[in-house]
Amino acid sequence: MEFFLIKLVLVLIVFLVSLGVAAYSTYAERKIAAFLQDRVGPDRAGPFGILQPLADGLKMFMKEEIIPTHADKFLFILGPCIMMMTASMTGVIIPWGHGLEINGTFYPVQITDINIGILYVFGVVSIGVYGIMIGGWASNNKYSLMGAIRASSQMISYELAMGMAIIALIMTTGTLSVREIVEQQHGIHWNIFTQPLGVIIFIICAFAECNRTPFDLPECETELVGGYHTEYSSMKLGFYLFAEYINMFISSAIISSLYFGGYNFPFIDQLGLSPNMLSMLGTLIFFGKIFFFIFFFMWVRWTIPRFRYDQLMHLGWRVMIPLAIVNILGTGVYVLFKNGQLHF
Amino acid sequence: MNPSLPFFVLATLSVFSALMVVLSRKPVHSVLYLIFCFFTIGGHYLLLNAQFLFAVHIIVYAGAIMVLFLFTLMFINMNKELEPHKSNLLKGAATIAAGCLLLVLVAATKGAETLPAISKTSDIGTVSNLGKALYGQYLLPFELISILLLTAMVGAVMLGKKDVE
Repeated sequence: MEFFLIKLVLVLIVFLVSLGVAAYSTYAERKIAAFLQDRVGPDRAGPFGILQPLADGLKMFMKEEIIPTHADKFLFILGPCIMMMTASMTGVIIPWGHGLEINGTFYPVQITDINIGILYVFGVVSIGVYGIMIGGWASNNKYSLMGAIRASSQMISYELAMGMAIIALIMTTGTLSVREIVEQQHGIHWNIFTQPLGVIIFIICAFAECNRTPFDLPECETELVGGYHTEYSSMKLGFYLFAEYINMFISSAIISSLYFGGYNFPFIDQLGLSPNMLSMLGTLIFFGKIFFFIFFFMWVRWTIPRFRYDQLMHLGWRVMIPLAIVNILGTGVYVLFKNGQLHF
Repeated sequence: MNPSLPFFVLATLSVFSALMVVLSRKPVHSVLYLIFCFFTIGGHYLLLNAQFLFAVHIIVYAGAIMVLFLFTLMFINMNKELEPHKSNLLKGAATIAAGCLLLVLVAATKGAETLPAISKTSDIGTVSNLGKALYGQYLLPFELISILLLTAMVGAVMLGKKDVE
C-alpha cells in the first residue's frame, strides 16, 4: 500500500513539474526571443512579466470553442487529447535522481524502471504522431491535412535515425534500462565521449520529433496558414501548443540522461557529502542540464531559419540514416576493441 | 478478483475492435479501430510478461505501419459514388474464401490446448532471454529474415521508381 502511495505522489509530482516547466518554457521562449532580437519581451504581467504564462492560460480558457461543421467531432476532440496524453506519459521512466534513504529504506526517484526502458519512450512517441494526424484529418481542411501529413512523414523519417543512434548507444551500455544507463555514467564517464556522433544525430532527430525550428514545417505559416492546428481554437489549440513544450522538456531530460550523465556530475566522490545530500544535488544538476537543453532548443529556433521540405527529407534519409549506420558500424568496432576481441 | 479478468476484458475489446474494423463505414475509422486492436493485442503480450514484444509490437505496427496506412487513406478521397459496383457472385465468392481462411486459422490452433501454459511470472519474453534465443538458437533463420527484408526493400524501391531505364 505504502509503495503505491509513494508512486502515486511521485507520478503527481512529475506531472506537475512537467506542466510547470512547460508553462514557464513559453515565458522563457518569449524572453529568449526578445533577448536575441534585442527587445524587452513580455513585462506587463507581474514583475518581469513572470505571470505571463498564467495570463496566457486564462486567455486560452476564455476563448470561444469552435468545432467546424463538417469536422469529425469525436476525432477532432481526440487529437489534442492523444497529443497531451503521450506528451505527459514519457516522464515515467526518467530517473530524476539517484534516490533518498529514509529510515533505512531506499526510495529511488523514478516512477518505474521497466526492462524495455528506452523502447517505451519510442512506443509512446510513435503514438504521438496520431494526435497530429487525427487532428489534421478531422478538421476537414486541406491546410490542416497537408500539415498533418508533413508532420507524420517527418516524424517517421527521423524516428528511424533516432532509433539507430539509440542502437549504437545500447551496444556500448548493454542495457535498455534508462536508470542503468545513467548509473554507468558515474562521475564524468558520460556517454557523449563514447558516442560523439550519436549525440549529434540524436539531438537533431529530437528537434525534428518535437517539430521545432528548423524542422517546424508542419506549422509553416507562410505556406499552410497554421498547419495541422489551423481549425483549432481555445484550449484544444492550447493543448497542441503546450504538448510541444512538454515534449521539449522530456526530450531535454532524455538527452541529458542518455548522453550527458543524467544526475551524475564530475568529482561526485570527492565532495564528502552524505548520500542523500549528493542525491539532491544530483537532481538539481540534472535539472540544470535539462534547462540548458531547453535553452538550446530556443537558441536554435531564433537563430536558424526553417528548412525547405525537400531539404528536410534529404537530410533525414540521405544524411542522418547513413551517418547513423556508420555510427553503428564504428561502435561495433569500438566495442570489439574494448573487449579485446579485435587484434591488428 | 478473478485472475483472468484482465484477459477477458482485453479479449472482449480486441474482438469488438476487430469487428469494428470491418463494420465501420469510414475507412479512416477502420484504421483507427485496427490501431486500437493492436493495443489490446499488445496488452495480451504484457499479460504474458513479454514486455519487449509489446514494445516492438506498438512501435512497429501501431507506430509505423498503421501511420503509413492512415497516410494513404487520407490522400485517397473515398466516396460512395466512386465505389465500384460488386456483383452478388463476387460477394458470395469472397464470403466463401474468407470462411475457408477462418476454418484454416481455427484448425491451426487445434492441438494448442495440450501445450503447457506459460506462467505469468516466467521471464521468457524479457529482452535478454529473447536476444539470447534469437542470436543463439535461431541465428540462421534470424539472419536469413534480414536478407529477405532487404530484398523486399530493394524491390519496393525498384517498383517505386517511375522511369527505370
